[in-house]
Amino acid sequence: MAGIGLLETQGLTRHFGGLRAVEAVDFTLNTGQIHALIGPNGAGKTTFVGLLCGRVPVQAGTIHFDGQDITHMPAHLRVRAGIAYTFQITSIFRGLSVFDNVALAAQRPSRHDLGAATKHILHQVGLESQINQQADTLSYGHQRLLEIAMGLALRPRLLILDEPTQGLSNAEITGFKALVRAVVPQTTVLLIEHNMDVVMDLADQITVLNMGQTLATGTPATIQANAAVQSAYLGG
Amino acid sequence: MNGQPLKPWLAPLALIGLLAVMGFVLPAYHHNNMARILVLAVFAMGYNIAFGYTGLLSLGHALFFGAGLYAAGLAINQGGVTAGLALGLGLLAGGGVALATGVLALRTAGVSFMIVTLMFAQAGYLLLLYFGAFTGGDEGFVVARTGRVLGGFDLTTDGPRYGLALGLFTLAILGQTAIVRAPFGRVMVAMRENSARAQMLGFDPFRTKLIVLVISGLYSGVAGAAYGILFGYVGASFAAIQYSILPLLWVLLGGSGTVLGPFLGVFIMFYLIDLSSSYTSAHLMVVGVALLVLVLFAPRGILGGLRKRWGTWLA
Repeated sequence: MAGIGLLETQGLTRHFGGLRAVEAVDFTLNTGQIHALIGPNGAGKTTFVGLLCGRVPVQAGTIHFDGQDITHMPAHLRVRAGIAYTFQITSIFRGLSVFDNVALAAQRPSRHDLGAATKHILHQVGLESQINQQADTLSYGHQRLLEIAMGLALRPRLLILDEPTQGLSNAEITGFKALVRAVVPQTTVLLIEHNMDVVMDLADQITVLNMGQTLATGTPATIQANAAVQSAYLGG
Repeated sequence: MNGQPLKPWLAPLALIGLLAVMGFVLPAYHHNNMARILVLAVFAMGYNIAFGYTGLLSLGHALFFGAGLYAAGLAINQGGVTAGLALGLGLLAGGGVALATGVLALRTAGVSFMIVTLMFAQAGYLLLLYFGAFTGGDEGFVVARTGRVLGGFDLTTDGPRYGLALGLFTLAILGQTAIVRAPFGRVMVAMRENSARAQMLGFDPFRTKLIVLVISGLYSGVAGAAYGILFGYVGASFAAIQYSILPLLWVLLGGSGTVLGPFLGVFIMFYLIDLSSSYTSAHLMVVGVALLVLVLFAPRGILGGLRKRWGTWLA
């Protein structure tokens, strides 16, 4: 595994008061894979990826991205380094058009073909017919897709998707899975997901978090067979 | 912002054309009023760039207006510089003071930002009074006539005064349109809507807001300088809190985050005060009632409300 890790954490820790949200997590993300992060509610998944993308300050431990120590790097510089995060609670710019939402993500560094690039991404996620609509007039499922489009528009090396299929219809989930498959291996994907069908279908690797700690890491098959995981999470 | 690249320019260009025609037909009294309105509209546009588009609710813009006013007035009276140079100095003074203020004040946000900018402006105002021997203190000073000539035109006469005011207004409104239509304008709006989210798209909130505040300071500074040069008086009252509140009210009245809103706000407020003060000494009460009506029935301002109803070309 050594040498192909795009992102590595060592002893990563974050407490909120007495709550050990993330406790000494060692984690390696392999380049070009889809890696799912699962665990019961309150397991610390969102806090963990918040530490990775810089939304939550690190208390202890280190994060290396592509060999560079980014533990204390401000969030916007991590984005520029290639880490994109899509929000669990849809966080689009509601007052702006669909086009402007994606163009915002696509326009840095400045480019001449911004209009074309933006339309291409909207076509990828299937929102091209809503391009001039104001974002808050989209249905919930389409807002989720817009959020993902903004992540893709950043042309990230690591795309962190926080519960992307929540609120999507079955047809939209099928489209979403095809979308994620199409971005690897150029983009590495870290996926927080509750829908086990999606996880088992997409993931090359799965890490199970519980009470802020890593319970197990492995392929979908080994995770499904893991007794500790079954008792803690899968309801064995 | 995609497609139809000429459309956003139509409304400002039409307004500039209308104002140019008015320069030839207005009676003297309104001619002078309009020149004031145009200069104050430049100040209001500076405020609009910070507050309307980027969401920086500053209560200290009198400091930037005053910096331009005093830089120009003092340079003319003490340094004997020409009007053109004085305008340039006013521009730089506004931008420079905004930079220094922003570096410190932008460490805060929201209510704290309002208070910190207010404190900076009050400190500036009190400094003007403290150094009264140099600044003229409470009474201020009259700008020397030698500094009120530009390119051979006597700026104390109606035509040239209106011409310079309209020239500055034209540059300011076209500049404002260009800024907000550029990719940077999109980032400004993103900062206003949700600066934490904008940061997760790779934009540095502090740097973006600092650039915006400096642009806003340049507008305010050159407006202050022009006000002193065109109307001949420099006084500390222009750096007092009233001149921090006024641009906020102008922008809210006309429509914050719209290209024409600042001009419309200044125009309406100016004539509201002008007309009501000829009927009653309680003219500020009329203004207060007007603002209450605005807040209750058109919280987005006049143009903001119309735009919501009839489309974005009004922006």
